[in-house]
Amino acid sequence: MAAITLPSDPVDLVTPPGLLSAAPLIEAKNVELFYGSSRALKGIDITIKEKLVTAFIGPSGCGKSTFLRCFNRMNDLIDNVRITGQCLIGGEDIYAKDVDVIELRKRVGMVFQRSNPFPKSIYDNIAYGLRLHGTKDKSEIDGVVESSLRGAALWDEVKDRLHSSALGLSGGQQQRLCIARAIAIRPEIILMDEPASALDPLATVKIEELILELKKEFTIVIVTHNMQQATRISDYTAFFYIGELIEYDLTTKIFTNPAKKQTEDYVTGRFG
Amino acid sequence: MTHFESELAALKQKLLLMASHAESAVNNAIKALVDRDDDLARKVAEDDDKIDHLEQEVDAACIALLAKAPLATQLRLITSAMKIARDLERVGDEATTIARRSLDLSQEPQLKAYVDIPRMATMAMAMLNDALGAFVNGDTARARAVIPRDKDVDQLNKQLYRELASFMIEKPTTITRCLNLMTISKALERIADHAKNVAEDVVYLYEARDIRHLGATAA
Repeated sequence: MAAITLPSDPVDLVTPPGLLSAAPLIEAKNVELFYGSSRALKGIDITIKEKLVTAFIGPSGCGKSTFLRCFNRMNDLIDNVRITGQCLIGGEDIYAKDVDVIELRKRVGMVFQRSNPFPKSIYDNIAYGLRLHGTKDKSEIDGVVESSLRGAALWDEVKDRLHSSALGLSGGQQQRLCIARAIAIRPEIILMDEPASALDPLATVKIEELILELKKEFTIVIVTHNMQQATRISDYTAFFYIGELIEYDLTTKIFTNPAKKQTEDYVTGRFG
Repeated sequence: MTHFESELAALKQKLLLMASHAESAVNNAIKALVDRDDDLARKVAEDDDKIDHLEQEVDAACIALLAKAPLATQLRLITSAMKIARDLERVGDEATTIARRSLDLSQEPQLKAYVDIPRMATMAMAMLNDALGAFVNGDTARARAVIPRDKDVDQLNKQLYRELASFMIEKPTTITRCLNLMTISKALERIADHAKNVAEDVVYLYEARDIRHLGATAA
């Protein structure tokens, strides 16, 4: 029997060392967001590590989705929004004047709560983004369509009907198609805004399993209302409340021994 | 296999690793006693840390898994794992007790040939082995069969007590040795109790039936 090496920190016996040593990818520094004069995000500082799953939790209206949308500048599309502070991805300020937002959104993909496939064939849903970004070679597109569908655990279910309408798929399949579409253009980061909240339990399990597979290649930031989902899939969890980041730590810590009373009250359902 | 299922499989593996350490600790402690091997006895006592640490690892893993809100069999597996880990940790402690008493005993001439103690050890370890085999294979019939055997070990323990008491009455110079042997006998009796606990947990795990405290016939 090989000698058992004891962890250096006797309190922490289950945290895989990779979680602690992962490199930072996204950094927010004192981010504030205003809708007109109302301040929706208050001085948020956070560092999100690469190739891990980070979950944002908190009650409705706490700012978690708003904050998520800062990372691909989706809030730019809303009138009257003003953002201060810094959002860095790989050390680059994504709000700098010379940033090409289309390029940014290529690096930072997004999956929404409601699946939103284009009213096109399954194949074209994935090929569309590739063509938009200049890929013309059909065999290359064929290859990416297949690898993306495989990556989203959908290939076996749709390989015989790639050219039928995406709208004929079930809700869970449509959501996986949206994930396939997001990974087809090889982003670094995938933002997910409650990707499973409209799905039944079985479809939810598939999405959760998929997320755990995807983190081998991508950095995933997910907003979820479902705390058990956060415990099942995420490595780090951030708890937001009324525009503030209250606590951010390893998911195991947040759900078994949170440092802040507000976090404890929220995860035990005593909130409000 | 889902990610969660593979985490549960890893938990089971960790428990089995713990069990293998606990089993070899008891076997080595008995061997140290019979062979009057002080080095081996000291090694058993030193190695108990490994089992203690594994118990902490199992508990920490279980807490993390429980936070994911498992249900049904998965829920029972995790709660059973915490209990089995505690029983195995205690088995390790009993092995340490046997080893320490063996060190004391080897300071004096051997009182008598050891027959009943190795026999009790064999019985208790066979119970533990069957309970763990039932855990691995989901074999509740095998687990149930472990439970009545606890009585046999209790019987041997009582018999040994009577015998050692008569030694002490006859010859007070044997008292220290007899007390050490009584402690060892009690430790083996406790190991059989832990094996029985594990067997009951295995029935609960696979059948969702709590058969503790029912008496041998009702189980």
